[in-house]
Amino acid sequence: MRHFLDFEKPIAELEGKIEELRRMSEADGINIADEVARLTDKADRQLRATYARLTPWQKAQVARHPDRPKAGDYLRALITEFTPLAGDRAFADDAAVLGGIGRFRGRSVVVLGTEKGSDTDSRVAHNFGMARPEGYRKARRLIELAGRFGLPVLSFVDTSGAFPGIEAEARGQAEAIARSIEACLEAPVPVVATIIGEGGSGGAIALAAGDAVLMLEHAIYSVISPEGCAAILWKDQAQAPAAAEALKLTAEDLKRLRLIDGVIGEPLGGAHRDPAMAMDAVGEAVQTALSPLLGLDGTSLVARRREKFLAMGRDALA
Amino acid sequence: MSWLTEFVRPKIRTLLGRREVPENLWVQCPACQQMMFHTELEKALRVCTHCGHHMRVTAQQRLAWTFDGGVFTRIELPKAPADPLRFRDSKRYPDRLREAREKTQLDDAVLVAHGAIGGRRAVVAVMAFEFIGGSMGAAVGEGIVAAARLAVLQDAPLVVFTASGGARMQEGAISLMQMPRTVIASRLVKEAGLPFVTVLTDPTTGGVTASFTMLGDIQIAEPGAEIGFAGARVIEQTVREKLPEGFQRAEYLLAHGILDMVVRRGEMNATLGRLIGLLRVKETEAA
Ligand SMILES: [Zn+2]
Repeated sequence: MRHFLDFEKPIAELEGKIEELRRMSEADGINIADEVARLTDKADRQLRATYARLTPWQKAQVARHPDRPKAGDYLRALITEFTPLAGDRAFADDAAVLGGIGRFRGRSVVVLGTEKGSDTDSRVAHNFGMARPEGYRKARRLIELAGRFGLPVLSFVDTSGAFPGIEAEARGQAEAIARSIEACLEAPVPVVATIIGEGGSGGAIALAAGDAVLMLEHAIYSVISPEGCAAILWKDQAQAPAAAEALKLTAEDLKRLRLIDGVIGEPLGGAHRDPAMAMDAVGEAVQTALSPLLGLDGTSLVARRREKFLAMGRDALA
Repeated sequence: MSWLTEFVRPKIRTLLGRREVPENLWVQCPACQQMMFHTELEKALRVCTHCGHHMRVTAQQRLAWTFDGGVFTRIELPKAPADPLRFRDSKRYPDRLREAREKTQLDDAVLVAHGAIGGRRAVVAVMAFEFIGGSMGAAVGEGIVAAARLAVLQDAPLVVFTASGGARMQEGAISLMQMPRTVIASRLVKEAGLPFVTVLTDPTTGGVTASFTMLGDIQIAEPGAEIGFAGARVIEQTVREKLPEGFQRAEYLLAHGILDMVVRRGEMNATLGRLIGLLRVKETEAA
């Protein structure tokens, strides 16, 4: 069953009508091609208009859309010979963080992804994409592995944030995130991170302190969720749309602030309408970002990456 | 780099005049509810003389207590972007900043100074919880980076006292980017072969904990300090369980292997001095 977001309702109605007409025509043999074409055109225009001016809060809904392709989908679509590697060598394997080695367009790479899951069972299995310390420690281990063998690191980030749990804190969630950020920054190999859905705070940047940070057009990346921000600053979670607006969490805003390096266009109506096309676009963008980095040695990569992050925000200095 | 030129004419603000407080003013300990004379409490470094509870202190006080003889030189920090997002909730961010500046007489939530600890040169950065909850925005990030560069320049260890409620939400993702930026700062110090010591004070939470704070060569905390990544309330709502006794307190983190030691305020200068002396073999021999 397709999921429609609230603001997609008029489009959903049109598409429902088209479906109905098609069924009738199959059953009765009536020629309704003209009517279908007219309605399809109308639905298309409506979809285009809606998605051309999504509010930040609407983008947050699209970024969290249940049908949106997840990290695992990108791995399956873009990586061949994918070989998952498990565990942090200390406590457990965290299914919220996918990791392993494989080939991206023929080249050996280390791949990381935060996986939200796509149905009830898999969501629970992946802890809704909220990683525990073990997940970040696995990521760090694999980034270091990449460094040892000269493999680029590709990450696909989609998480509401690190898991806020008792055990996670007891096992050093903060330390695990800090070390994972450090591993990204210190890797002597190219690191290309793509925010494919939700980039939730420290839990996201743990896998995204890279040479190139890309975002899908309707993805969001923020220091706090709009709901969390609204609850704290507005003292009212219902103000989440206002908080989403204020936080400047859209790809367009973050590119303008020069906090990310590129925005990847999504198929009309969002990645969930045409996952294959979205994943293809991400593959192209990752390849384009990766190519110029491949010629650089480890020392230059680390130095450039540091400079990039140190320069952030300085443009706006008084 | 413009901030480097500031070293030439550092602002000397050693031992700023203490605010005038009537000597007979009583203060109640929030932990044991006992009353103490204000002067008595100040002499005890704002540690309850009845129960040992470590009360929060201002960044300025912290600096004075950390350096030998209370002598230090503060450096001017680079300016940070003013309201890059044009953020507005119930208040405009520039208004919040102005109010915080008026209230605290600070520019933002971090102070950086150099001086001596245990007779050896040291650079100290202190986060100011009194300034918008010690939240980390670009100014705090710049402050930590500047402190790291100063430490490298002076061939001195860097000690950072952390105190933070988390991110400066009004700076959105710019606030988030201070996590990698301050991690880079810690790398600069370590690569120069200098000790990087973090001292976690009440409270140290969120992105500040999950970045440079947890990368100390030595990690110290004050007794009873609240330390964590996620907020206790968020955790309670997520796991729907009662939090264990002493959860996210300094002693809990020590027991879980996340800290090296919990040190009382009155012993901080001596402890830092000893650690720096032990770690800095070269300087010790030369002396
Ligand atoms: Zn007391």
